[in-house]
Amino acid sequence: MRISIDKIISLLFFVLSVFYLYQTYQIQVFSFDEHAPFNAKTFPTFLAYFGMFLSVLFLVLPEKNPTKIDHKVLDYKSVSFLIFITVVYGFVILKAGFFLSTSLFLFFSYYFLGERRWKWMFLLSFPFVALFMYLLHGLLDIYLRDPFLKMLGIIG
Amino acid sequence: MIEGILIGLQTALSLKNILMVMMGCFFGTIIGMLPGLGPMTAIALMIPITYGFEPATGLILMAGVYYGAVFGGSTSSILINAPGVPGTVATAFDGYPMAQQGKAGKALAIAAYSSFAGGTISAIFLLFAAPSLSKVSLAFRSPDYFALMVLGLTAVSAFSSKGQFLKAMMMVILGLMLATVGQDSLSDITRFTFNNMNLTDGISFVLVVMATFAMSEALTIILKGKDPSRATEQISLSQLGSIRLDKEERNKMLKSIPRSSVLGFLIGVLPGAGATIASFLAYGMERNYVNDEEKKKFGKGSVHGLAAPETANNAACSGSFVPLLTLGIPGSGTTAVMLGALLGFGIQPGPRLYMTNPEIFWSVIMSMYIGMVILLILNLPLIPYIARVLATPKNFLIPLILFFSVTGIYLMSFNNFDIFLMIGIAVVATFLRLYNFPMPPLILAFVLGALMEENLRRSLLISDGSFNFLWDRPLTAIILAFTIAIISWQAFKSFKNK
Repeated sequence: MRISIDKIISLLFFVLSVFYLYQTYQIQVFSFDEHAPFNAKTFPTFLAYFGMFLSVLFLVLPEKNPTKIDHKVLDYKSVSFLIFITVVYGFVILKAGFFLSTSLFLFFSYYFLGERRWKWMFLLSFPFVALFMYLLHGLLDIYLRDPFLKMLGIIG
Repeated sequence: MIEGILIGLQTALSLKNILMVMMGCFFGTIIGMLPGLGPMTAIALMIPITYGFEPATGLILMAGVYYGAVFGGSTSSILINAPGVPGTVATAFDGYPMAQQGKAGKALAIAAYSSFAGGTISAIFLLFAAPSLSKVSLAFRSPDYFALMVLGLTAVSAFSSKGQFLKAMMMVILGLMLATVGQDSLSDITRFTFNNMNLTDGISFVLVVMATFAMSEALTIILKGKDPSRATEQISLSQLGSIRLDKEERNKMLKSIPRSSVLGFLIGVLPGAGATIASFLAYGMERNYVNDEEKKKFGKGSVHGLAAPETANNAACSGSFVPLLTLGIPGSGTTAVMLGALLGFGIQPGPRLYMTNPEIFWSVIMSMYIGMVILLILNLPLIPYIARVLATPKNFLIPLILFFSVTGIYLMSFNNFDIFLMIGIAVVATFLRLYNFPMPPLILAFVLGALMEENLRRSLLISDGSFNFLWDRPLTAIILAFTIAIISWQAFKSFKNK
């Protein structure tokens, strides 16, 4: 018997609801609140049971049109790279500063997605980020921490 | 009311707010034009910027983005048969055939005039409906609000799920679960934080919106290998033809506009319905109204077939502000995003909004008129130039969306945790979207989560823990009856199809 991905997702949702219920019972409410008509556990408890009910309903009811996806046509490689480069961007943004990390993130993303118009790639990374920073920093007065530009003495 | 209108005009006509409407309309038109990127993405990208402004200015900007996006969506529907937003799918039925007949300019002009008329007429309805409904909604108590939220979530799930009601309801629960992360509002007890200090204040609303819309939209475009710019090769954007309408075309358009405006507005007011349903219903209604000769032209470039959905989708946008401004309960995913942003400003929309913050209430309504004029000016003479945005290659577009998403979050928290959390939610959302799990119910549930818990808390405390509050008051019972009717209808539809 083959089980559709839709059903697997609902099974995962059931597991999530059970885990959520378990976590709900771990919530430490105040002793005077323990038997109150409503405390910090009440709403999450309803949600957990309702989540379990819905996922079971989805699992047991026959499926009309299970979602069919041709995985061969999906570009998992590019998406994985974009996610990876965004995670790296998230890691270095505090260390390297906004300007350098953002400019490099944009430049490499363009490159990986197949862009080779170097002039546009450059213009839409380094000068673009500089302009964006000016708008935030200079006009909207939003502070952006940037150790790299600070080291160069460009911002204070 | 006159005093309120004057306050609204004074706020809306300040130079800063006019600039914001212009900026919102322009940005919204561009984003709305890009297939796959809808008003929610456009508004989500704007939220971090709005936090630097006053609430009225922020909301005016977001409202401008909203109707700009719906307006812009029609351009890509007409020119390349790729609706920028779901609300403009029906526009393509007759708009694209007109463009293929060499009348793209006329089609764009009809869309622009109809959108302008639909938006303006329904803004007048909003002007009168909102204060009246605010007075009525003062009678609402906690059980009524709780029931109304349940109705809103059920309706959004029913309308946005395309026959997958259970999937949409699971998304509602997921959204509510995410909303419970952090400190409990009354007791300050932390819940579901796993001892992580970054989660103590809960998950940021902007983070969830950015992750489930902007970022996952971008990842989905790459995953499916869609390139919106490729479609522009089909049509020369510089040769759109004349935008002048002859007398017959004008007359046809003028007949369609009033009825579609009324229908669009009423559909917009209903929770969950919105621009998409309004445009389809208006298209169907128009087809029934016209004579047999005109009926044959539907789908082949009919003026009626283009004017009706365009009028209705813009009218529905204004209509969707009624429940947001008067009840504080958004009727759609897009207005849910706006509610989240308003709560971020410390403003609680609801029946008392027009008394406590009249400048916000009235200026948003007044700014709609200004916005409609700006959109007309933008769309008619500038459209050949703006339409070039359609040719933006995804190689540039996607990294820029990711950049705006990450920056938006970084600017709010200045920590990496939120960035990683956003990436994690975006990955899950992309996967769920692939399998037709809709995101609007999740966002609406996330935004309403705290309010829902608060109203349930009050209702249960008043009724001493009994669930009698659900049927004690006639109003609560009626609202819940509607909810049950929607659920029964969904169940009936599901069994009928088997």
